[in-house]
Amino acid sequence: MTEAQTRKAGHLPPRIERVNPVAFTLTFAVAAFVIWSMTTAGPSLDQLARGLPNIGNILSRMFPPDFERIDRILWSLFQTFQMAIAGCAIGLVLSVPLGILAAEGLSPHPAIRTAARSLIAVFRTVPDLVWALIFVIAVGLGSPAGVLAIAIDVMGFAARFFAEAMEETDKGPREALSALGANRLGMIMSAVLPAAAPSMIATSLYCLEKATRASVVLGLVGAGGIGVELKVAFDLFAYQTAATIILVILILVIAVEQTGGWLRRKII
Amino acid sequence: MNVVAFQQTAPEGALSPARSGLPAASVRGLSKQFGAGPVIMSGLDLDIHHGSRVAIIGANGTGKSTLIRMLVRLVEPGGGDIRLLGEDVRKLDAAGLKRLRSRVGFVFQRHNLVTRLSALTNVVHGVQSRMSGPRTWTQLLAPREVRAEAMHCLERVGLADKATARIDTLSGGQSQRVAVARMLMQRPELVIADEPDASLDPKSGEEVMATLAALANEQDATLIFVSHRMEHAIRFSERIVGLGGGKVALDQPSDTVSEAELTRFFHHD
Repeated sequence: MTEAQTRKAGHLPPRIERVNPVAFTLTFAVAAFVIWSMTTAGPSLDQLARGLPNIGNILSRMFPPDFERIDRILWSLFQTFQMAIAGCAIGLVLSVPLGILAAEGLSPHPAIRTAARSLIAVFRTVPDLVWALIFVIAVGLGSPAGVLAIAIDVMGFAARFFAEAMEETDKGPREALSALGANRLGMIMSAVLPAAAPSMIATSLYCLEKATRASVVLGLVGAGGIGVELKVAFDLFAYQTAATIILVILILVIAVEQTGGWLRRKII
Repeated sequence: MNVVAFQQTAPEGALSPARSGLPAASVRGLSKQFGAGPVIMSGLDLDIHHGSRVAIIGANGTGKSTLIRMLVRLVEPGGGDIRLLGEDVRKLDAAGLKRLRSRVGFVFQRHNLVTRLSALTNVVHGVQSRMSGPRTWTQLLAPREVRAEAMHCLERVGLADKATARIDTLSGGQSQRVAVARMLMQRPELVIADEPDASLDPKSGEEVMATLAALANEQDATLIFVSHRMEHAIRFSERIVGLGGGKVALDQPSDTVSEAELTRFFHHD
């Protein structure tokens, strides 16, 4: 009897046709590792029971927020945003040539493409806080370290997406320019970048949102910005001041995300 | 106003192929096979004289597009010799190939324009055959004389009023005419067109072919085009070359063949 005839006769097919022992073992091993990680690294129920009242205690001590130092906090927030803008701008500008070098069909040599891809992978793999620590040691405490950390972090993200956006553009205009004797740079600037522009702008706006969030926490390791204010407020148990700082950070991040989202919808 | 020359003057001191009596294109023993696929071409010989208009026809897979692409090495030839505008095409290095390509206007089946950019900017791109740098990337930065020449090219294809329109707002026929204007901007000595009428409705296809043929006729330039439309092959060329079995299977003056004969050629092939 064929499979179709079996179905016609009202017999349901088996839920699992056959068990793959390798897939079964792997699934079991992954599940076991997840459970083990949760029990060893995650909080115990006892810790949660003791911690929740503490969180409630801190939150209650945060209210009402203290706006006494609001001018200083807003200035610090503005500097943080400047740090994000500067880091993002440097990172995006450098991401364009790096993306070109990493893009298949545009990179001048496969070895250069591999090197560019590897560099992007390094930038992306190392977390921004680690870059901030490295730059704090290299250039000292303050916003320059934060700007450099953001720039590197943005390059790790944007250069990869720029390369992919350029690779995905229609190859027809490139072929046409190549056929009329245009040089590689002319072909990229005339045909590839204009076609990849919407995708690259969307990526850039996302990078700005990401950089704004990053710029807030970089201060925790001494890389400038409002993170320093937040750390000091917590260290001095000034929870009401900390609440004000968290509030203005929230407003900034939401404003940047909303503006970015609106612009993306307009462009794409 | 700048006069847009269809043919570029020959390099100083060099005898132009037209004056030297050499054919514009000469192919000897050309062969091509893509990987382990079927042999597309084997031992093809063909001469195309300066100022002539030649239609290349043949069934799908007979190598029409491959042949014209091999002329400027958009596809690398498998074997044989190609001489184009006096150059030994297969022996050219990258710089030499770039120089040769700048003398040959290529119109593709799809317009191959940058759709997000204006018609004028796309035509300005044609100047990259003889200039380079940021001033050739967009009409915003282009020198006054380049913009004027680009506008004149658009006028010649009847699209001056669409200069600032983005390509993605134009019809297929209009886009293909912008591609012809970009080719004019190049000031080519030889024009190669790969089924420029294929993706267009009959009226637009006719208009594009008529524009190409008129421009070639006006400047006495060499025109080689591939077409599946027999009426276009007869009307817009003076010689029809049919490919079949990897070689030239038909080579006749256009005024001696009828559409019915050409159709029979397709069926026999």
